[in-house]
Amino acid sequence: MSHSSSTVPEFSTPTGDQPGQGDENSDHRREGHVAIGDAKGGPAQDRVFAGVTLVAGAIILVVLAAVAFFLTWQASPIFGAASSEVTGGKGFLSYIWPLVVGTLIASVIALLLATPVGIGVALYISHYAPPRFAKGVGYVIDLLAAIPSVIFGAWGASVLAPKIVPFYDWLSGILGFLPIFEGPPTATGKTILTAGIVLAIMILPIITAMCREIFAQTPVLQQEAALGLGATRWEMVRMTVFPFARAGIISSVMLALGRAMGETMAVTLVLSGGPFNPSLIQSGNQTVASEIALNFPEAYGLRLNELIAAGLVLFVITLVVNLLARLVISRYKEFSGANS
Amino acid sequence: MSKRIDVEHLKVYYGDFLAVDDITMQIEPRAVTAFIGPSGCGKSTFLRTLNRMHEVIPGAYVEGKVNLDGENLYAKGVDPVRVRSQVGMVFQRPNPFPTMSIRDNVLAGVKLNSRRIARSDADELVESSLRSANLWNEVKDRLDKPGSGLSGGQQQRLCIARSIAVRPDVILMDEPCSALDPISTLAVEDLINELKAEYTVVIVTHNMQQAARVSDKTAFFNIAGTGKPGRLIEYAPTQEIFNKPQEKATEDYVSGRFG
Repeated sequence: MSHSSSTVPEFSTPTGDQPGQGDENSDHRREGHVAIGDAKGGPAQDRVFAGVTLVAGAIILVVLAAVAFFLTWQASPIFGAASSEVTGGKGFLSYIWPLVVGTLIASVIALLLATPVGIGVALYISHYAPPRFAKGVGYVIDLLAAIPSVIFGAWGASVLAPKIVPFYDWLSGILGFLPIFEGPPTATGKTILTAGIVLAIMILPIITAMCREIFAQTPVLQQEAALGLGATRWEMVRMTVFPFARAGIISSVMLALGRAMGETMAVTLVLSGGPFNPSLIQSGNQTVASEIALNFPEAYGLRLNELIAAGLVLFVITLVVNLLARLVISRYKEFSGANS
Repeated sequence: MSKRIDVEHLKVYYGDFLAVDDITMQIEPRAVTAFIGPSGCGKSTFLRTLNRMHEVIPGAYVEGKVNLDGENLYAKGVDPVRVRSQVGMVFQRPNPFPTMSIRDNVLAGVKLNSRRIARSDADELVESSLRSANLWNEVKDRLDKPGSGLSGGQQQRLCIARSIAVRPDVILMDEPCSALDPISTLAVEDLINELKAEYTVVIVTHNMQQAARVSDKTAFFNIAGTGKPGRLIEYAPTQEIFNKPQEKATEDYVSGRFG
């Protein structure tokens, strides 16, 4: 410790001769000083803290407004441009809708796969697994969140996609009469469904981590009430844990949806994009985020405005999804656990 | 409907720790039995073993027998879920299900285990249960409102109605009035007095006046010190416990000299 402080003169203390001791002494003095300040400046500290929190809160609003302003400002030229100038030559709307639909398809697939699994894993950890084992499972799921998305993308493109082709063949054989599973499937496996599956794995830890926390907070008194009436464990979960956690489950799913819609790198690597295609197991379809990432480096002029406008659309969709989630949550307020 | 409970040499453990030592007692049907004693003496723990609710706590287990009209609750193959539908429980703090209406709260236990109930039967059961809990007149116009909107005393009576609706043989009450004001307490005590016409009622209470007011028999529990197991010291008709107790410790406790 003394070594490091002597090599960095800027940090040396006034009693510079013996840096180690000096540090300790000044630390003590500083602590004493703070303690006196505490006693004197209670109300002042309160005011300072109130100010800090106000600023912190305001920063979020300012950033949000700045992002919205930047996107609108940069995107505006596209709305006045002639439709022949836009990529595809048929105006911005016909350019953007396949991307929006592609984004929604990939996200919905991811949610449909990840939500039941995520809730199941969370429930297992909070209410079924033996405590020591539950911790381990929880850590592993959290580790999943720490893997960079490019790794998921590389794995999806090089491992999952080729391996999943036989499954797509089977799917088109059995459910081929449905437009979404219409054959023949692509031989590369790089489809929107594969992208959705990779996204599902990526958002799984978000759902699991949040649900696990909320499930574990279910009041013991309510769980005992259910058990005391003769409920099985599953009935107890349905009567108390799920109702208590409903708002939390919705929030976690919406958060995961936001992640899935905005996820870029994994989709870019896994999906060989193209125009809108109703079949999920053929190549085609593209997401907004992936479209922006693929084309942004070489874009200039109106093309740049076009991509930023696509970003604006994504931004608005995410906002709307969050607002809807809030609405759903507030509808259940009267019957929520909050007033128990 | 009402059944006798015979406890034989029951010991309760939390892991290695012996919490309640060797209890043998008979609890009469159609009567109110009160458990009194200082905090930590194991009376609530013991109460929970009467419907196996102690099993919710990790590491808790018992040795001995609890016979409900001769049927051992701890015999092999007895499902704790079935035990709890026979032996209902009312808790320290009112705990209606906050996401359910008053009506659904009453029916919560009845609809368990995939049982179905016709609407007319359900209406009847809701009314009779709420009437038995002295709550019908207060809530009959708002059965579809959440149960958590009621006052504390009303919520506790709703919880009692919920227990009654399952038609148990025994109702256990773990300090049911400790979170209630005096008026609500009176209402619940009146209710306990009426319940004993049909049920075996066991109540844990910290309030000795309450034990004296509502119970027919009283059991006094005590511990020798921290870390020692709780024991049943004296079990006798309530009049006797409060007027001429046999044990010195009981006399000290009911006369307010300790605890």
